[in-house]
Amino acid sequence: MTEKERGRDAHFRMVDGLLIALMVLPLVCCIVLKVLFTPESEGVDISGAMIYFTAPFPGQELIITESQVNSWAIILTLLGLCLYLTHGLTEKAETKRQLIAEWIVEKCEGLVNANMGERYAGYEYLIAAIMGLSALSSLSCLIGLFSPTGDVNVTAGWAILVFALVTYTKLQGGFLNYLKGFTEPIPLFTPMNFISEFSLPVSMAFRHYGNVMSGAVISALIGTALRGLSKMILGWIPVIGNIPLLQIGLPAILSIYFDVFSGLMQAYIFAMLTMLNVSGSFPQEAWEKRQEKKAIRKQRAALAKA
Amino acid sequence: MEMVSLAMGIMLGLCGVGAGIALIAGIGPGIGEGQAVAAACEAIGRQPEAKSDVTSTMIMGCAIAETTGLYGLIIGILLIFVAPGIFSGVLKSTVESLADVIK
Repeated sequence: MTEKERGRDAHFRMVDGLLIALMVLPLVCCIVLKVLFTPESEGVDISGAMIYFTAPFPGQELIITESQVNSWAIILTLLGLCLYLTHGLTEKAETKRQLIAEWIVEKCEGLVNANMGERYAGYEYLIAAIMGLSALSSLSCLIGLFSPTGDVNVTAGWAILVFALVTYTKLQGGFLNYLKGFTEPIPLFTPMNFISEFSLPVSMAFRHYGNVMSGAVISALIGTALRGLSKMILGWIPVIGNIPLLQIGLPAILSIYFDVFSGLMQAYIFAMLTMLNVSGSFPQEAWEKRQEKKAIRKQRAALAKA
Repeated sequence: MEMVSLAMGIMLGLCGVGAGIALIAGIGPGIGEGQAVAAACEAIGRQPEAKSDVTSTMIMGCAIAETTGLYGLIIGILLIFVAPGIFSGVLKSTVESLADVIK
């Protein structure tokens, strides 16, 4: 190894270290914030996201909660992860991380191609982003953070994004066709169509939020119950009695289901429903008619010019 | 003051009863998911080579069928953890305004 290559190696490693710091530091900051702000409490502590601070804002006070802070930290972590995986790409895959990155990209492209078709090439970035964000958010409760997906506001934001995408896809057949879609099959069904239109974001938000939050609530209940039980059974022993020994073990096994499996499952389902809803809402016939009309108009314009 | 505590008690009790009734919604998804899994088992028994496809589709369908149960769960949790606070706030403000009127 020549002197120059060694120098580049050191530089490479330094950048790597910085990227790993970008991955880890936001989460550490979140844990520190949580430890600083958590009030001491006995008994069942089931609550939503803690409010870190409020700022004056016209109309309503701007409330910065745990879920906002955590989700921004997770976005930073994801950014660091992506940069780390793609750092030092070579034409022929040599490092493990490049293989992992290529595998992720290939899987996402394959998933989007299989479920949405060729027309929606380019959606894989959105789908991968949603999946990664949702999965990491749900997994973040493994290190003791409040998972942002356990807050309905976060998932509702994502669901509104999906709703906007669906509406955009529907509007590609023309605005009038979009409005006409509400009166089908007969005009009497218009209110019901409206309800079903707006139930999509609601159901998507509540599905994700409900799954994650119910897991958190059940874990908290069982943890508290085990603490009480160990106090009742082992409380008479002088030193050991103060340690909730029964809390070891069972909550971890439950967390494999509620946090890991359920969280990853919901990430997959949210991405899947996004794909199916967006690709399923495309008005094929109306779009083709519109393209035909456009072609005719272009021909006429060309003729008029000639 | 006795009436106020009585009202508080009724409110808390009915919140609990309402949460219990809301969780009846868990019956539907339970039956539905059971049927889905049974059908998936049959399908795998008939065609063992399609196991991975059947399993992934089944998990997807189960998660979607679960939504209605989750609506009930969310209502129940809201009724237990959120509604008592709101109702007791309303009760307090009404009691205060009533006291003002009496004065």
